[in-house]
Amino acid sequence: MMGSENQEAHPHASREEMQSLILDESSSSSSTSKSFSSYRSAMTTLSESHHPLSLPIATSPAESDPLLSPRPPPQHRHLQSPKSTGNPNMQPPLYFADVGAVNGIESPSPSQSLEKSSPFSRSSSSSSSEYIKIAVSNPQKEVQSSNKIVPGGNTYVTYLITTKTNLPDFGASEFSVRRRFKDVVTLSDRLVEAYRGFLIPPRPDKNVVESQVMQKQEFVEQRRVALEKYLRRLADHPVIRKSDELRVFLQVQGRLPLAASADVASRVIDGAVKLPRQLLGDAPSTIGPQDAVQPAKGGRDLLRMFKELKQYVANDWGGSRPLVDEEDKEFLEKKERLRDLEQQLSNTSQQAESLVKAQQDMGETMGELGLAFLKLTKFENEEAVLNAQRIRAADMKNVATAAVKASRYYRGLNAQTVSHLDTLHEYMGLMLSVHTAFSDRASALLTVQTLLSELSSLNSRAEKLETSSSKRFGGDRSRFRRVEELREAIRVTEDAKNCAVREYQRIKENNRIEIERLDAERKADFLSMLKGFVTNQVFYSEKIGNEWAKVAEATSGYERESS
Amino acid sequence: MQQRSFSGVSQSPRSPSKQPPYLAVSVTDPAKMGNGVQAYISYKVITKTNLPEYQGLEKIVIRRYSDFVWLRDRLFEKYKGIFIPPLPEKSTVGTNKALSCAEKFRFTAEFIEMRRQALDIFVNRIASHHELQQSEDLRIFLQADEQTMERARSQETGIFKKKPADLMQIFKDVQSRVSDVVLGKEKPVEESNPDYEKLKRYVFELEDHLAEAQKHAYRLVKRHRELGQSLSDFGRAVKLLGACEGEALGKAFSELGTKSEMLSVKLQKEAQHLLMNFEEPLKDYVRAVHSVKGTIAERAAAFRQHCDLAETIKLKEIDLNKLRLTRSERTVDAEHEYEELKADGEEARRRFEMIVRLMNEEMVRFQEEKTLDVGLAFHEFAKGQSRLANAIADAWRSLLPKLEACSSS
Repeated sequence: MMGSENQEAHPHASREEMQSLILDESSSSSSTSKSFSSYRSAMTTLSESHHPLSLPIATSPAESDPLLSPRPPPQHRHLQSPKSTGNPNMQPPLYFADVGAVNGIESPSPSQSLEKSSPFSRSSSSSSSEYIKIAVSNPQKEVQSSNKIVPGGNTYVTYLITTKTNLPDFGASEFSVRRRFKDVVTLSDRLVEAYRGFLIPPRPDKNVVESQVMQKQEFVEQRRVALEKYLRRLADHPVIRKSDELRVFLQVQGRLPLAASADVASRVIDGAVKLPRQLLGDAPSTIGPQDAVQPAKGGRDLLRMFKELKQYVANDWGGSRPLVDEEDKEFLEKKERLRDLEQQLSNTSQQAESLVKAQQDMGETMGELGLAFLKLTKFENEEAVLNAQRIRAADMKNVATAAVKASRYYRGLNAQTVSHLDTLHEYMGLMLSVHTAFSDRASALLTVQTLLSELSSLNSRAEKLETSSSKRFGGDRSRFRRVEELREAIRVTEDAKNCAVREYQRIKENNRIEIERLDAERKADFLSMLKGFVTNQVFYSEKIGNEWAKVAEATSGYERESS
Repeated sequence: MQQRSFSGVSQSPRSPSKQPPYLAVSVTDPAKMGNGVQAYISYKVITKTNLPEYQGLEKIVIRRYSDFVWLRDRLFEKYKGIFIPPLPEKSTVGTNKALSCAEKFRFTAEFIEMRRQALDIFVNRIASHHELQQSEDLRIFLQADEQTMERARSQETGIFKKKPADLMQIFKDVQSRVSDVVLGKEKPVEESNPDYEKLKRYVFELEDHLAEAQKHAYRLVKRHRELGQSLSDFGRAVKLLGACEGEALGKAFSELGTKSEMLSVKLQKEAQHLLMNFEEPLKDYVRAVHSVKGTIAERAAAFRQHCDLAETIKLKEIDLNKLRLTRSERTVDAEHEYEELKADGEEARRRFEMIVRLMNEEMVRFQEEKTLDVGLAFHEFAKGQSRLANAIADAWRSLLPKLEACSSS
C-alpha cells in the first residue's frame, strides 16, 4: 500500500560506505594528531612505569618523607603537558556498536551518523596510523571435557574475537582467538588489579541465570554485543590498550594465560590457614614491600586485612588524626563534583528514558490511527453509492498515508535518539569505574597509614626493649636477639612503607590524569551527543512537517468553504 | 408539512421585501448555576432572524442541556425519516477516565467549551435544515421564556423516549431472520429491499470503523500531552546537569533544557487543538451515525405497523365477507370498523413511504455534510501537525550554531 515508500532515495549509506568515509576523514584530521600523540606518548611513559613489582623511579631523600605535599614528584612532570590542551578536537569515542538504521527510513546525512555508528575505535581518526579494531562474533557451544567428578562435561559458549591492529607490540596485524565469558571476567579482574587508580571500563554483568537461558539465542546475542562494546572500550583506553593482559587476551591461542581469579572462599581459606602461623611467628607477620603495593582486600593475608581494618576504624573513631591524610583539596572538590555529576546523570538518564518512551508511543498511536483510516477508506470505497463518499475516501487516504509515514519517521527518530542519549548511560557506567579508581586510592592510603602506625609501634617497642635491658641481669643475649629481630622487622616495614607511599603517589597521579581525561572526553562526548540529538530532531521534524503540509494544502478547500 | 424555501420573499411588513430571509443562532457564555448536586451549566442562546414567525430581530434566552435534549426528542418524534443532528453526551465519565485528578479541573473548563461548541453546531444544523427549521418546537426552544420552557420540558418525561427494545430489534433484523422463522411468522417483518439491506449494513459497519478511528484519535491527544510532559521533565533534568558541568558545555545543556521546556508548552497547546478540532468532529460523526440508526429503527417500526395493519385488514375483509353472506346484524358495525381500518392502513402506508422518501434524500444530504465536516477536521489535523513539526524543527535548529560554537571554543 505504501508504494511511494520504496521509491524514496536512500541517502543512508551502507555500513561499508560509511567506513570508507571515516577512513577518508581520519587521514585529513592531521590537526588533531599532534596534540593527541603527545598525550599518547605521555601515557605510554606512564604505562611503562606502572608495573607494581618494578621500582624504576629512584626516590630522592625529599620524597621519602611520608608527609609529602600533594605536588607529584618531578619525574612525572612531563606528563603535565597534555593537561592544558584538553583536546577539544578529539573525535568523540564511539562507545556503542553500530546502530542499524530502521529499514526503509532515511536517516540523517552520513556525516552525522558517522559520529556514532562507526565500529572503529576512537584512535583511528586522530593519530596517524595507530588502531585496534575488535569484533566479536560467531558464538559457539562447546563442551568442557569432563572432570572426573561430573560425568558429561558442562557446556559453555565461546566467541570468536577478531582483532585488526598495527600496534607494534602485537607483532601481527590480524588475528583471532576463541574466548569464553569466564575469560573476560579474568581479564577484567587482572586489569583492575594491575591498573589501580585508572578508570577501567566496567565489564559486562555476569548474569546469574540458569543454564537453559544461557544458551538461548537472545541471551547469547546480548552478551556478544556487550562483550564487543567492552573490548572496544578497553582498546580505546590509552593505557590499557597497550597492556600485556589485553594483548595476551586478544592474541594467545588456546587457554588464556592469565591467572584465574580465585573465588573468595578459597582465598579466605588460604588466609585462615596462614593466620595462626602468622600469630605464632612461623609465617611472616610483617607486610613485605611486594605486598605493600597490592591492596589487602581480596588478598590471602588475613592478618594484614585485620591490621588495616583496625587502622580504618582508628581513623574514623579514634579521634587521632592518621599520620598521612587525604589533603589534596583539589581532589576532594573533584570528588564532590563527580558525585553531583553522577546524581544528575542518573536523573537525566531517567528522563531521557521517559522521553524515548513518549516518542515511541506517539509513533505507535499515529500508526494505528493511520491504519484505522486506511480501513475506513477501503470500506467507503467498496460501499460507495454517492460521490461524496468517494471524495471523503480520497481525503481520508491522504491523511492515513501521511499518518503512517509520520509514524515511521517517529520510529526512525526514536532509534537515533536512543543511540545518542545512550551516551548518558555510558557515562553512568563509567562512574562505577571512578568509584573503583577512588577506592584504589583510599585503600593505598590506608596501607600507608597502617604501615606508618606499625612502624611507630615497632619503633617504640624497640626503644623500650633497648632501654629496659640495662636493668636486667643475664638476659642480654636473648634481649639482643629480640632487638635484632625487631630491627629487622623495622627495616622490612620501612621498605614496605616506602613502597606503599610510592604506590599511593602513583595511584594519586593516575587518578588525576584519568579524571582529566574523563573530563575532556566527557565534554566532547556530551557535545557530540547534544549535536546528534538536535540534528536528529531537526531532520525528522522537517520530514514530518512536510508530509502534513502536503495534506493541509490538499484539504485547504474545506477551510474556505466553511468560513 | 409545508414546503417552504427561503428563496421566496417574505410579505411581513416588518421585514423589507428586498432582504433575504435568514435565521442565525449561536450558543454562547456557559455559566455555572446553582450549587452542589443541583449545579448545572446554562448557556445563552442568541437568535437573529427576520422571519415573520419569530418575535423580533434578535432574541436571547437562557437554556440548559436538558432543554436541548427536549428539542432533540421532539424533533425525533415529529420528523420521522430525517436524521436529527446529534447531541453531545450527557456525562463526562466515559471520556476522562484516563485523566488524573489534577487534570480533571482543566478538563472541566475544556469540556464545557467542547460542549458549548457541540451544542452550537447542533442548533445551527437544525436551523439550516430545510425541514427542521420550520419546526414549532424549534421556535419554542429559541424564544420561549424560561418558565414556559421548563413546563414544556417536564411534560415530556418518558413518553417519547426511544425504547432500547426497538434498537435491539433493528440489530436482530440486520443479523438474521432465523428467529422469525422459528417463531412461525411466515410474513416478512422487514423490507425485502436489497439496497436498503446494503444501506443498513453500511451504517452498522461504518459506526464500528469510525469508533475505532475516534479511539485512536483520542489516544493521539493523550500522547501529545505525555510527550509534552516528558519534554518538560527532560528539559529540567538537562538544565540541572548543565549546572553541574559548567562553562560552555553547561550553557549548551541549559539552552537545550530551555528549548525542551518551550516545546513542551507547544505540545500541550497542540493536544488541545487536536482534541477540539479533530477528535471531537470524529466523535460527532459517530453520534450522527447513531442518529441514522435511530431513523432506521423508526422506519422498521413504521414498516411493521403498516404490515400489521395490512394483515389485520385482510383478515377483517374475510370476516366481513362472511358476515355479509350470513346477513348478520353485526355487518354494519363490521363495515364501519373495516373502513376505519382501511383509513388507518392507508395512513400507515403513507407514513412509511414518506419515511422511505425522506431517508433517501437525507442519506444524500448526510454524506455530503459528513464529507465537508470530516474534510475540515482533516485539514485542521494536518495544519496542526505541520505547525507543530515546524515549530519543533525551528526550535532545535536554532540551537545548532550555538553547539557548533561550543565545540570550536
